[in-house]
This record gives sequence, structure tokens and C-alpha cells, in this order.
Amino acid sequence: MTTIDSSARLPSRVSGGDHATGHLEELRADPIGLMERVRTECGDVGIFDLAGRDVVLLSGADANELFFRAPEEVLDQAEAYPFMTPIFGEGVVFDAPPERRREMLHNQALRDKFMRGHAATIATEVETMVAAWGDAGEIDLLDWFAELTIYTSSACLIGPRFRSQLDGRFAELYHDLEQGTDAIAYVDAYADIESFRRRDAARVGLVGLVQTIMEGRAQGPAAVEDDRDLLDVLMSIKNPDGTDRFSPDEVTGMFISMMFAGHHTTSGTAAWTLIELLRNPTELALVESELGELYAGGDEVSYQALREMPHLESAIKEALRLHPPLILLLRVAKEDLEVEGFTIQAGQMVGASPAVSNRITEDFPEPDAFRPSRYLAPREEDRTNPWTWIPFGAGRHRCVGAAFAMMQLKAIFSVLLCDYEFSLAQPADTYRNDHSKMVVQLAQPCTVRYRRRADARRVGGSS
Amino acid sequence: MRIVIDDDLCQGHGVCESEAPEVFELGKGHLVTVLDQSPGDSQRSAVEAAVRFCPTHAIRLEED
Repeated sequence: MTTIDSSARLPSRVSGGDHATGHLEELRADPIGLMERVRTECGDVGIFDLAGRDVVLLSGADANELFFRAPEEVLDQAEAYPFMTPIFGEGVVFDAPPERRREMLHNQALRDKFMRGHAATIATEVETMVAAWGDAGEIDLLDWFAELTIYTSSACLIGPRFRSQLDGRFAELYHDLEQGTDAIAYVDAYADIESFRRRDAARVGLVGLVQTIMEGRAQGPAAVEDDRDLLDVLMSIKNPDGTDRFSPDEVTGMFISMMFAGHHTTSGTAAWTLIELLRNPTELALVESELGELYAGGDEVSYQALREMPHLESAIKEALRLHPPLILLLRVAKEDLEVEGFTIQAGQMVGASPAVSNRITEDFPEPDAFRPSRYLAPREEDRTNPWTWIPFGAGRHRCVGAAFAMMQLKAIFSVLLCDYEFSLAQPADTYRNDHSKMVVQLAQPCTVRYRRRADARRVGGSS
Repeated sequence: MRIVIDDDLCQGHGVCESEAPEVFELGKGHLVTVLDQSPGDSQRSAVEAAVRFCPTHAIRLEED
């Protein structure tokens, strides 16, 4: 299908990686440094060695466009993320083909028409968590946003009834799952290492929590119609012999996979948006005055979070560009193909890196600086660089939850920034990401202080 | 003006349908259908909004 020009060459290989496992150890220690070196030494197309398997790393608009446009038959995603299988469970796929994704988008909670209800739900969850805060104190950004986004995603995607049966234990176990994404999985996804043992124990723990909830529902009265959630629906599906179609293990696997894409991503972006705003007081002032004006009329978050907030949206986009939650997107080449005069061979892995492409100087002047104004007219650098501004990916596999995520972050900051003043609780340059796992998380400590505003008012969504 | 949809990119979010319901319709297969390939100038601002707010940048306008 793809014609390979006879003059096409093999891509060059990046330096280093002189170990039995190639560049695996460097990928576990400094993945962004490794991927930037690929671009510096090899250009838009270069190879690193992931435990004996070539990864052809692409960057720049032309190569990225090929990556994001390629159909499943050419660049396959299903085999590319072996570290996810033990988390979701066997048989739950990491990603669905585009046709199925479109169906999911339309049959499920991400539809445009549900957004206003979700905004109200999210505002209520933020209100519930800050209710325990008192007038002043300190929070750890990783722990706090990770717990908040467990509640928001479970309430919006599964239902408020299920959410009301969760507590902090679910978030803690979920965090252990996310930490169980060491790239050693490319050698052996079940290797006997601490993070994988904790991962497997956490999955067992989550199944236990879900099983307890299911048993309680099976014995208790049925939910009234308005209160029925996805768990009630799944529990109502029976085999021909009358037994349950889905076991607690299968239900838990489905819930883990539904929540996974929107959890650490949103949690980390919320934290980085706040950190960057606190590092850049001029930008924070712009966002605060924008929110002040929007909420001056006493409107609810459920209404405002769906409207345009140019300064807050730009701050979120810039946090996403500088600190993309996914730093390496992977596929497996199913046939030979050619990119920019180089041959990619069937069987090789192919990667695109938001962390590298989002900081290409030609596309994003002052690439390492936090400059939300780059998204305002006339620059609009996200729109003018659709193949290199890629925190949500692009093309066929672009994050289907992007609009939901943006709405969620706007709702969260509507409540937090209207009612509280924040300040950094540690030196500004000590906030860093931990890149030792494929799921990137903030490195702890990562604390900020809050103080309730004298003029705070509940802008929340409880209507 | 003429409307061009990039089917590789459309995920069927339906934002275009909200912005310009007389021009775009979300079909059964959840891909967008263009009801009017060359709408008149009365639809111009609505269509431009659809192009602008399409989450996947799947719509392009070509001037005649």
C-alpha cells in the first residue's frame, strides 16, 4: 500500500544505549533528555533502542502529521503499551479503533449535551473537598488533585451514586496502579519489582472495594430511576442462566480503564497550571480579574465553565505545552512506510513526543517560557501548529476527552481562585515531574499554601 | 466558499452542528455530513465559527 522510494535511507541511531537493554535505563531516568537528544543528533526521524526493540522517534510537523494520520492498519496502537495490560486486566484494550471511539463519544458521558451537568458536578466536588480546609493551610498538590479527580471522574463517567460510595482509599489504590507503569514492562510486564507488586496489590484492593459496593447493592433496595448509574446498568446484565454477566474483576477493569485517561492527566495539569500561575504573578492577576468579572453577576460555575475564559484557557494550554501529561506516544508499524526520505520497517515501534514537539523553537518562540499570550489572537500558536502543539495528541487518536478536560479545569479554578489565595510553599524551581514511570506524576514534595479570601463567596455548582 | 472535511481528523464531536445546524449534520455513523457544500454568505459567520471551534481542526474553507 505504501510505496517506498528506492532512495529512502534508514534513520540514524542516537548515541548511548550501550547496554543489553539499549536506552531503557536512560528512558527510565531522563526520558525527555533522551528524546531531545534524538532530535538534536538525528533530526525529525531517529532511532533509540528500547530493550532490543527499535523505536523510531518522530518530531516536527511533517513527521508528526504522518504519525497522527496513519490508520490502524499501518500504525497500530494496541500492542504499543504493554505496561497497561496488568492494570486494566487481560482483555480490556488500551484503546479502541476510531469507529468505536466515535460511538463511545456519542453514547457516553462525554457528549456535548452532558457538559453543563458535569460542570455542576465538578464544582460540587471541589466545594466538598475545600469544605475541610479551614481558613488557611497547606496541601500537597499531587495528593489533593489526584483525590479530587477520582471523585470528579467517577461522578461524571460512572455516576454520582457510585461516587458517593468512594472515599480516599480508592484514590490511594489508584495512585499505586499509576505508579506501576515502569518501562521495565517492555522487558517483562510482570517482573518481580516493588512497583509492580504494589500495582498488582492495588488492583486486588480496588476489586475488593467494587465487590463490596456491588454486594451492598445486590442486597439493598434497587436505585430509583434518576439515581441509577453505570454500575447498576452493568449489574442488571445477566447471562442466559441468570448469573451476572460481569464479575467484580471485569467491572473494576472497565472502570479503571474509563477513568485512566482522564485521571493523572487532569490531576497533573491542574497542579501545573496552579504552579505556573504562582510562578508568574502577572498572569495570575489576569486570570483572577477575568474570573472576578465573569462571576460578578453571581452566575453558577455550571454556566460559566462552558463559556470562553481566554486568560484561564491560555494558562491551562501553556501548562499543557510545557508539562504534557503524556511525554511519549507509541505505535507499532504493521508495514514498511516512508517518512521524510527515511524508511520505517514493519515491526519497529514508532513514537511521537509531546514533550519534544511542544518546545520546538521555530513553532513556539521562547519555548521554555510560560507565555499564555501565545494563544491569543493573532498568534494562536496552538491552532497554527496543529501537528506540533500536541498535548492532546492529534488526528484520529486525539484525546476524545479534551473538551471535558478543559471544562473540568475551568470549573476547578473557578472555585479555587475565586475563594482562595494561593502561594508557593517551597522554592519555585523545586516543583518537578517524576519521570521514572511511563505515567508522569509530580515529584513530592509539591506543596502550596492557601488562605481563604475575606470576600470569598461560594460560586459553586450546587443549584 | 466551499467546505472541505478531513475524514481522517473528524471524531464526530458535533461542535460544527451546534454552530451551523443548517450546514452540518452529525450522521448515523457519527461522522459529519455537509448538508450544503457551498452555503451562501448568510451562513458565513456560522460556518467560520464551526471551522474555528472544531476540536480536531477537521474543517477547511476554500474560497471560490
